Amino acid sequence: MTEPDDAVRAAVDAAYRDEWGQVVATLIGLTRDWDLAEDCAQDAFAAALATWPRDGVPSRPGAWLTTTARNRATDRLRRDAAGRAKLRELAVLAREPAGPASAATEDIPDERLRLIFTCCHPALPFEARVALTLRTLTGLTTAEIARAFLAAEPTMAQRLVRAKRKIAEAGIPYRVPPADLLPQRLNAVLAVLYLIFNQGYDEQDGRRALTAEAIHLARVLVRLMPREPEPRGLLALMLLTEARRATRTDDGVLVTLEHQDRSRWGRALIDEGVAVLDEALALRRGGPYQVQAAIAACHATAPDFASTDWPQIAALYAELGRLAPSPVVELNRAVAVAMSDGVTAGLAVVDELAAAGDLDGYHLLPATRADLLRRDGRVAEARAEYEQALRLAPSEAERRYLVGRLEAL
Amino acid sequence: MKYMLLICDDETRMPSMAQMEADPVHQAWQADLQRRDAERFGMRLRPVADATTVRVRDGETLVSDGPFAETKDVVGGVVMIECADLDEAIAIAAGHPYAHWGSVEIRPVWE
Repeated sequence: MTEPDDAVRAAVDAAYRDEWGQVVATLIGLTRDWDLAEDCAQDAFAAALATWPRDGVPSRPGAWLTTTARNRATDRLRRDAAGRAKLRELAVLAREPAGPASAATEDIPDERLRLIFTCCHPALPFEARVALTLRTLTGLTTAEIARAFLAAEPTMAQRLVRAKRKIAEAGIPYRVPPADLLPQRLNAVLAVLYLIFNQGYDEQDGRRALTAEAIHLARVLVRLMPREPEPRGLLALMLLTEARRATRTDDGVLVTLEHQDRSRWGRALIDEGVAVLDEALALRRGGPYQVQAAIAACHATAPDFASTDWPQIAALYAELGRLAPSPVVELNRAVAVAMSDGVTAGLAVVDELAAAGDLDGYHLLPATRADLLRRDGRVAEARAEYEQALRLAPSEAERRYLVGRLEAL
Repeated sequence: MKYMLLICDDETRMPSMAQMEADPVHQAWQADLQRRDAERFGMRLRPVADATTVRVRDGETLVSDGPFAETKDVVGGVVMIECADLDEAIAIAAGHPYAHWGSVEIRPVWE
């Protein structure tokens, strides 16, 4: 490949990453036909690959792609009677005989927000929301999404087909919800983005692209909803978590926060995460993602484990427990309490949790208790708890970590 | 869009028609339907004790007592509504008294 071709290829790749969602969203907005929208977006990118090397990269690739996809949709609809009837209905399409050349001056409103909220509508099954968001907004292929969620490709394809069918047949509206529905629906969107991030984060190689896609989507959401604090909270949380990823495992063994090499944390990600969190907090409406990001920021900015602001982290976990009660949050608070008020106080919180029974079978309950007992010098009890955690641990990295702890006792 | 709302509960309460009419939640639901001009028709059904289920298998008509499926909630009424989209149907359904102790299933009408 010659150099200019490489440059064009890179421009098309960049456009795919940045513009795919916008092109699909605009086409769905115009035609209400999700499959047609995806097909025409695909065609527009193919046309870009074919013509940009000859004609040069347009000054506004997104507008060029959207207009090309729209013309393609018009052509396809003209082919049959039903389509022509639809075209008359969608006068907005029929009125546009203009080719890509005129697109440069056109202002295309950002339709992605409508698309995000529709993909994450609570009437769709949760896993379908996740798949549909990835397919329509980031342009990941069905095969890529299936791989990321360890599903067979036909299963994933079926899930997408069913979701699109339900949107049409059940009358799920293509819009940003009105103010009275917004808080609840925004939470549904944030949950989908956070799941995508965690799916990429929890796994070893191969799925890491998902964390990048989740961060990209969170950035889009922040840009589209600048006055909502929680999207910023979620973006900050993702950035601050991503910053520590490289240090989470060493040679396939889990490395806990205490022993991570802080010099290898991503400084730029941490700085950006802290800045985004500050913007969110300045809006003065708290929420669970902002609190989680604040906790992550405490860790990310502490010089080492011991001098971390543990009282602050314990208070933040208590706040998180009020906003979104969960025994896992309480377990995290126990660790922070142990660090700030002493092992005995931390163990008291853990014992209360164990007595409640909500975390039965969850490996981090005995693992946490084991750590606290070890710090207290109660080796025999710690050993029994580590062994219990080892039986319950779900991943190889965690089992290897626990074996290491047992050997070190 | 046309939706059939299936008004369901487990029949432990069984308010009488007069009690339903007197329930302020039910009155608010009726007023909401009127304001939206959404109701096409609706009816309350007799309890499942009065239900009969018919199935035809291999040319034979099988008649059995009670509802088709043994589930906790059963359909106690149906209301056909016509409104803009699923979000409006959800808003309407959430206003029905049964939604507070039973459930309301929203089924788009096959048109």
